[in-house]
Amino acid sequence: MSAGTLYDKVWELHRVADLPGGSTQLFIGLHLIHEVTSPQAFAALRDLGLTVRHPELTVATVDHIVPTTSQARPFADPLAEAMLATLEANCAEHGITLHGLGSGRQGIVHVIAPELGLTQPGMTVACGDSHTSTHGAFGAIAFGIGTSQVRDVLASQSLAMNKLKVRRIWVEGTLQPGVYAKDLVLHVIRTLGVKGGVGYAYEFAGPAIDALSMEERMTLCNMAIEGGARVGYCNPDATTFAYLQGRPHAPAGEAWERAVAWWSSLASGPDAVFDDEVRFDAATIAPTVTWGITPGQGIGVDESVPTLEQTPAEERPLAEEAYRYMDLVPGGPIAGLPVDVCFIGSCTNGRLSDLRAAAAVAQGRRVAPGIKAFVVPGSEQVAAAAEAEGLDAVFRAAGFEWREPGCSMCLAMNPDRLEGRQISASSSNRNFKGRQGSASGRTLLMSPAMVAAAAIAGHVADVRELVAVAPSSPSDR
Amino acid sequence: MSTLSTPVAAPEPFPAGPVQRLQGRGLAVVGNDIDTDRIIPARFLKCVTFDGLAEGAFADDRTELAGAHPFDRAEHQGATILVVNDNFGCGSSREHAPQALMRWGIRAVIGESFAEIFFGNCLALGIPCLTASPADAAALQRAIAATPAALLRLDLEALRVQLDPQASAGTSASASLDLPLQLAEGPHRMLVSGQWDGTSQLVAHDAELRATASRLPYLAGFAA
Repeated sequence: MSAGTLYDKVWELHRVADLPGGSTQLFIGLHLIHEVTSPQAFAALRDLGLTVRHPELTVATVDHIVPTTSQARPFADPLAEAMLATLEANCAEHGITLHGLGSGRQGIVHVIAPELGLTQPGMTVACGDSHTSTHGAFGAIAFGIGTSQVRDVLASQSLAMNKLKVRRIWVEGTLQPGVYAKDLVLHVIRTLGVKGGVGYAYEFAGPAIDALSMEERMTLCNMAIEGGARVGYCNPDATTFAYLQGRPHAPAGEAWERAVAWWSSLASGPDAVFDDEVRFDAATIAPTVTWGITPGQGIGVDESVPTLEQTPAEERPLAEEAYRYMDLVPGGPIAGLPVDVCFIGSCTNGRLSDLRAAAAVAQGRRVAPGIKAFVVPGSEQVAAAAEAEGLDAVFRAAGFEWREPGCSMCLAMNPDRLEGRQISASSSNRNFKGRQGSASGRTLLMSPAMVAAAAIAGHVADVRELVAVAPSSPSDR
Repeated sequence: MSTLSTPVAAPEPFPAGPVQRLQGRGLAVVGNDIDTDRIIPARFLKCVTFDGLAEGAFADDRTELAGAHPFDRAEHQGATILVVNDNFGCGSSREHAPQALMRWGIRAVIGESFAEIFFGNCLALGIPCLTASPADAAALQRAIAATPAALLRLDLEALRVQLDPQASAGTSASASLDLPLQLAEGPHRMLVSGQWDGTSQLVAHDAELRATASRLPYLAGFAA
């Protein structure tokens, strides 16, 4: 059993009570809500005659259903309009801060909470969205929940939870130019499988993790859930503190010094005990692309789609389903596969450093004829920062559309979607059948720089050939 | 309205209280890593209540199979026990997935393994997700396919499932399959005791909640 890890320490600090069923009542320090998974929770609260226990620890935004072309109200889609209106009414009734459209702070929930300094080390963070694991980048214990649990957090600021085991993912070496945190996490999931992390929290540690920027750590932790791990985290360090200092909700003055001391004390110690450990070498990882219908079906861009013979027996039915659905020939190269749509954005890769990496590839080049390519900043703040340094102009000049912030085509609960059997190069997190809005649409997951390279080439291309030395994180390293 | 109209079978009530024994017909959805986008595609999430979600259950898979999907086949209408394979319910945390299954009629799921958030979402609705060995799950799926009218008897307390190909509800005969199931101790106790709907329990710990909040320095702004 794990001991002395950040996960153990934060768990103990937030333990409210042991419940008769055997689970633990865990206090939730930050509850993030959005329009998709909260309306039924507020309705249930009303039915139970309860109210929101800590509205000041609850923060809302709107992201999944917002259009990314025109965000004028009312939305053209009456269902989307009804969902936002319901969120607005619920927040007003219960005194919850809503970072709405045009506030300057709206965006994808997992982008705005970090950039506002709401997410901090040592917190427990819950949200009705599986990619809540993103916030673990700060050394928080953050996890996705369902709507009944959203109701529970609203009512009690706590949840009935069972403690996870902790697996340390130790990464040595240095990511090569053109290889990003997205490639690292796709490589981890490819190696450990999409259910390898079930029952575990993933602690990402080691020299390669220490060298990552906060935005890269967020990309990494964001996709822990795609490897089955509900929680993924990095230990807080100087990089974490430098990111947080000066943000609107970060402590300041003397409180800052006390905060840094407390945060530092939470990191997994040298004598921490883990339930399991797996080691990787960052230097051996290539730009990685998914070829199939789960995030675990990934290969290096210089590799070929695995044949049935190369696939373990228990994974063969899924591989055969993927060949059929994706219309791919086993044994064929992934590089050169034509794409129709190129999407840069999402809670995985919609931050400023992601847009910079993609813009570095797009700079001075043109999107290939017939390709629809678009960039969706993760938040209004990301959009403003990108525009201030001219990234929007770089993308537009190259033939990309520059959109308004939202979840967009990651899950297509808005007008952005694939049509028919279109195939996308996507910087998002899921390549499930039908995920991007067409029941037969196909998705290739990759880094934002690789999406830009695919847009320029018109097919899957190795970004290392387009940008000889692309700094993987020019933003805040 | 005429009082002589044909009586319509009342839909199974949603789970309430202790979940100890369930019986009903089964249906099998075969395949590993079936994600919640497949269980309920995102377009059905555009709603502010869960009421209409039954029609969205496996919507795209059903369209693709044009009537041949287990959720569409006549012999499986009214089935209540879903039998699946490995890592069922992975992906999105959307509770809409178990809500859609529940509103279609599912009251228990048996499978090789489940994604964590899906398992928790089902538990919060009083729907047990029970684990069977890969061989047992496959045997159960084959038996259901061979005899869709067979009755499954689920004993939550003993953690066993029996499949009786001869029986329809109300009769008894010897079971042709009698398989062990697994369920972690905590969720097992919660379901059997009826304490799976824990909001009131959480709210009742007011003093404990205050005590916990008071020892978290970030809630006090890191005041000295």
